[in-house]
Amino acid sequence: MARLSLRGITKSYGAVTVLHGIDLDVRDGELVALLGENGAGKSTLSSIVSGLTPPDSGTMSWEGAPYAPASPGDAIRHGLGLIHQEMRLLPDLSIAENVFVGRLPMRNGAIDRAFMNRRAGEHLRALGLDVSPSRPVRGLSVAAQQQVEIAKALTLGARLLILDEPTAALGLAETQQLFAQIRRLKAEGVSFIYVSHRLEEIAQIADRVVVLRDGHLVATHDTAQVPVSTLLRDMVGRAIDRIFPEMRPPSDRAVIRIEGLTSAAGAFRDIGFSVRAGEVFGIAGIVGAGRTELVRAIAGADPVASGTITLDGDALRLGRPDEAIRRGIVLVPEDRKGQGVVLDHSIADNLALGNADRLSRRGWLLPETVTAFASGLVQRLGVKGRPEQSARSLSGGNQQKVVIARWVARNPRVFILDEPTRGIDMGARAAIYDVIAALAADGMAVIVVSSDLEEVLGLAHTVMVLARGRQMGVLPRDAASNVRVMELATA
Amino acid sequence: MSLQPALSAKAIPAARRRSLASLLSGAQGPLIGLVLLCVVFALTTNVFLTLRNALNVVDQVTTLGILALGMTGVIIIGGIDLSVGSILALSIMVLGWLPQQYGVPFPLALLLCILTGGLCGIVNGLLVTRARLPAFIATLTMMSVARGLANITTDGQQVVGYPDWFTALATERHLGILSATVGLFVALSLGAWVFLRYRATGRSLYAIGGSAEVARLAGIPVRKLTVAVYAASGLLAGVAAAVMAARLDSSQPSAGLGYELDAIAAVVIGGASLSGGIGSIAGTVVGVFIIGVLHNGLNLVGISPFIQQVVIGVVIAVAVTFDTLRRKA
Repeated sequence: MARLSLRGITKSYGAVTVLHGIDLDVRDGELVALLGENGAGKSTLSSIVSGLTPPDSGTMSWEGAPYAPASPGDAIRHGLGLIHQEMRLLPDLSIAENVFVGRLPMRNGAIDRAFMNRRAGEHLRALGLDVSPSRPVRGLSVAAQQQVEIAKALTLGARLLILDEPTAALGLAETQQLFAQIRRLKAEGVSFIYVSHRLEEIAQIADRVVVLRDGHLVATHDTAQVPVSTLLRDMVGRAIDRIFPEMRPPSDRAVIRIEGLTSAAGAFRDIGFSVRAGEVFGIAGIVGAGRTELVRAIAGADPVASGTITLDGDALRLGRPDEAIRRGIVLVPEDRKGQGVVLDHSIADNLALGNADRLSRRGWLLPETVTAFASGLVQRLGVKGRPEQSARSLSGGNQQKVVIARWVARNPRVFILDEPTRGIDMGARAAIYDVIAALAADGMAVIVVSSDLEEVLGLAHTVMVLARGRQMGVLPRDAASNVRVMELATA
Repeated sequence: MSLQPALSAKAIPAARRRSLASLLSGAQGPLIGLVLLCVVFALTTNVFLTLRNALNVVDQVTTLGILALGMTGVIIIGGIDLSVGSILALSIMVLGWLPQQYGVPFPLALLLCILTGGLCGIVNGLLVTRARLPAFIATLTMMSVARGLANITTDGQQVVGYPDWFTALATERHLGILSATVGLFVALSLGAWVFLRYRATGRSLYAIGGSAEVARLAGIPVRKLTVAVYAASGLLAGVAAAVMAARLDSSQPSAGLGYELDAIAAVVIGGASLSGGIGSIAGTVVGVFIIGVLHNGLNLVGISPFIQQVVIGVVIAVAVTFDTLRRKA
């Protein structure tokens, strides 16, 4: 009998359908690997199963009975455990308290710590974690925290665990240890939904593999012994009809040259490449590969341990955003609301931000200058809003245009865009692609980071692939097929 | 399509016309409140609406007003300064104690009084930017330290008697209206207003308060400006100390007790947001006068100081509630 069955699960957010009629069965003691690119619908599916979001249509059943969790608590009562990619533990409470949080065992009106520590200890030992249950969670390794999470789910009586990228932060030995525990729990009848990007792991641990693409369940393999190339083709699929602008060939003149760049925080190591005038340089890789950290370091936002950046032959002072901007390197950051715009300020003020040196005369920055400047930019980039309107009132696409417009006004030499179209609807996307093409046509060196492979391949003249902070290869567009890029990114 | 920028400074005529009305931009709500208060007190007392009383109110708010100017900058960058009352006390004691104890020439003591405030402010700024203390904690410690130092100077004793020319700054009304200290407050307010509205650096403070990370990524020297803002707040506390000494012709280590809260209240009544990025000098000045007029009017009506505290608390709650609702609408 299936522990969990999904029939025709569909979910839309606004006009965007993220899941199209998904059918899925997870049997007792079975591990189903759920694969797909970023945005394929894996997280939405996990949220629906774990009671965080209701589906728009479709039905679910749990051990034969109808299952429609009203809340995560409801899902947990049924026997479901969701282990998040980022741990959701309370760092200053003890391991045992974390395991029993929300249902601390009581005895004579006081917390029964002896019982709690004993029970937590038993579970942890069964999972192979040999630490005192009374020590605080803070300072535990990621692997150990994950085991605490699993122990917590098991004491709650979980019979189906959803693991979201469980090995993303684990080393090889820790991964093998996790797999040994998964096998043991499977033998005891616990079922798993296992979300991962790491294809080579799948063959080791999965019983079946399902692949999502653009919200459709495109493939089900009843064995994990599937060639990686087949899985990649399933994940990437045929090009969806996206329209990318015509890109002109770049010049031969390198604008920016990066050599041996290594992050101070350890996010990336020994990166080297150069970008020519008029070139769109794409950076691909899975989440956590170090792409954002790399472009932030180039823009001076984060400190660098070693390496050099030269701009038209002159060295750049690293780790200083003001210096990078002055020299003509600008960044449109990934986190638009947190790092791109001041939400409660007007479009005009947001546009003037970073341009004060050009707009002011002897330090005087007059409101009418700012308004005139903003009106011009709003018109030029087609921002749907008036200059005095607050940035908060704009759609994501228009907020993004404001951030881009701010930097366009400086006519920079290197234009970096990190996830420029994330969370933006198709119409605004096309407009942003046109802007990127125009920037390159104006002779700028454009660097685009995107988790959307189609986007990278559709825009870039050259693609660099990062995996775990290492540079896996720099491919010219002709050599950069989606399968080749995914191979490098998941290696 | 070419995106080559053409930085045209074509001014929109409408913007110029608006600039007069925008003198009070963001302060209209509090201003209406102030006018209402004045109407109420004018109707309930005979004395309120006299030039003499008006000048009294202005005299009484100068110290608080000068503190509130600095506080406006601090709150705009998303900070808070709990130490201005204590810094005022330390500065005022420096002014009284140095000439009395060590025979320091008075003009030099006056300079040191103001610089002491600035120095305390710089320490606040460094605690916030370098030691990464939350502004609340950093200035809370300064509040305690400066008050302690103020008491240490004279072992808690007051110092009485300043040169006549100095006390005349607060008491002698030129043209029958403006004392030098009030003139100083007016000048400082105008300066701060112009700075925050028309200087690129002033505009940057709003960006820092709106989002320090956005500001940093836009190339604004966030740490440097943060230190400068706290330094200015301290410096203005030093100036306020001198004004108070001239008015009272004495220095007490208990001076300015609780003034930081009045200053914060004035800024917030004036429409500033404690989460930063929003606020104006015009609003703050209106807020200062709301507090001043309330004290003055309630005194004239004969309401006890205890009840006055209750009323002022309620006024702050009402003012901020209205402002929050208006912003949401």
